[in-house]
Amino acid sequence: MLKQTPSQTVGPYFAYGLTPEQYLYDYKSLAQNDLVTSDEEHIVILGRVFDGEENVIPDAMLEIWDNQNNLFGRFGTGTEKDKSFVFKTKKPLSMEGNAPFLSVILFMRGQLIHSYTRIYFSDEVKNATDEVLSRIDNARRETLIAQKKENYYLFDIYMQGDKETVFFDI
Amino acid sequence: MSQSTYNPFDMEVHPPRLYPAYKSTVLRAPTQPLVLLKQSLAELSGPVFGDYNLGEFDHDLTKNSIKNGEPLGERIVVHGTVFNENGQPIPHTLIEIWQANSCGRYVHKVDQHDAPLDPNFLGAGHCMTDANGNYKFYTIKPGAYPWGNHYNAWRPNHIHFSLFGVNITNRLVTQMYFPGDPLLEHDPIFLAVPPKGRDLLISKFDLGATEPDFALGYRFDFVLRGHSATPFEKL
Ligand SMILES: [Fe+2]
Repeated sequence: MLKQTPSQTVGPYFAYGLTPEQYLYDYKSLAQNDLVTSDEEHIVILGRVFDGEENVIPDAMLEIWDNQNNLFGRFGTGTEKDKSFVFKTKKPLSMEGNAPFLSVILFMRGQLIHSYTRIYFSDEVKNATDEVLSRIDNARRETLIAQKKENYYLFDIYMQGDKETVFFDI
Repeated sequence: MSQSTYNPFDMEVHPPRLYPAYKSTVLRAPTQPLVLLKQSLAELSGPVFGDYNLGEFDHDLTKNSIKNGEPLGERIVVHGTVFNENGQPIPHTLIEIWQANSCGRYVHKVDQHDAPLDPNFLGAGHCMTDANGNYKFYTIKPGAYPWGNHYNAWRPNHIHFSLFGVNITNRLVTQMYFPGDPLLEHDPIFLAVPPKGRDLLISKFDLGATEPDFALGYRFDFVLRGHSATPFEKL
């Protein structure tokens, strides 16, 4: 077997390469955060990424993947006023009776290898019986569930501490 | 019936999440053990990018942002093949790169290094691998640059790479280095990779890919996570 190529950090300077239009560089973005056409039914997910001292991380990049709707999004946390990420996408569908979720890949300076997590949704009854959620301790399960607010879902990510988000080994 | 499952990250070659010599990992590396996830259709799929996204010079950083002349510095060709661990080439997969210019300066607005910007060099590009998993970029050899990790810290010359492979287990972001760089042995980001993995991040000078009177060639192959499709795999 060949040896895997080792991972290295995305570093602080990814914006003009990976999210150029979002950061107003004169180069074409291959992925964005608005994954729906304007009249389509959609949801908005937003949140921030926090380090071990609960500082907001202003140079992270999130990718979301929804295999059933074949939607891929990417957004950096450096352009919104409060350093949040925002995605406008379709609500994912339930697979095999489990709760619907989005896959998340998270990159940042200070991460030598990316992290995987999932976004579940607080208004889904299937969360209670979901195969993955039910295997996670009560105390940490909530970190995977985006909270429904008036017109968006809130999903904050904590890298460390009491509220540390569950990250997956996939 | 068998469904492929993708091999885990090989931690014999990947860096650990926490590597205190690289100071930013201290408050940003997850501290809890990762939760093992059985790979579902979500993990066994990923975005597919079509060639239609690509412009003529997207793979040629010496040409893709010319304003009033040629970018300064040493022209290079960086090429190679993307494989999985099983040695199978991965065709039609997206590769994105970004890098500093020949003076070690990034276009990025937060890069405050006191070295000149090059009006004719952005430092970003992308391409798709061909039917045989091969890729090729033309660019300018990036310069070393200082960073704030510790006193007199300098990053070795490097190009940042982002790859997708066939599904989201394959996702890889990494950095390609150059042979013989004296800064490698002082760089905590490179040294975070266990000794077994380090050579895998250093490109090889390639006289065969060197274009006469034009550019030096470097070869850099990628290996993404492979799969086992054995139906009754022993644990
Ligand atoms: Fe860099």
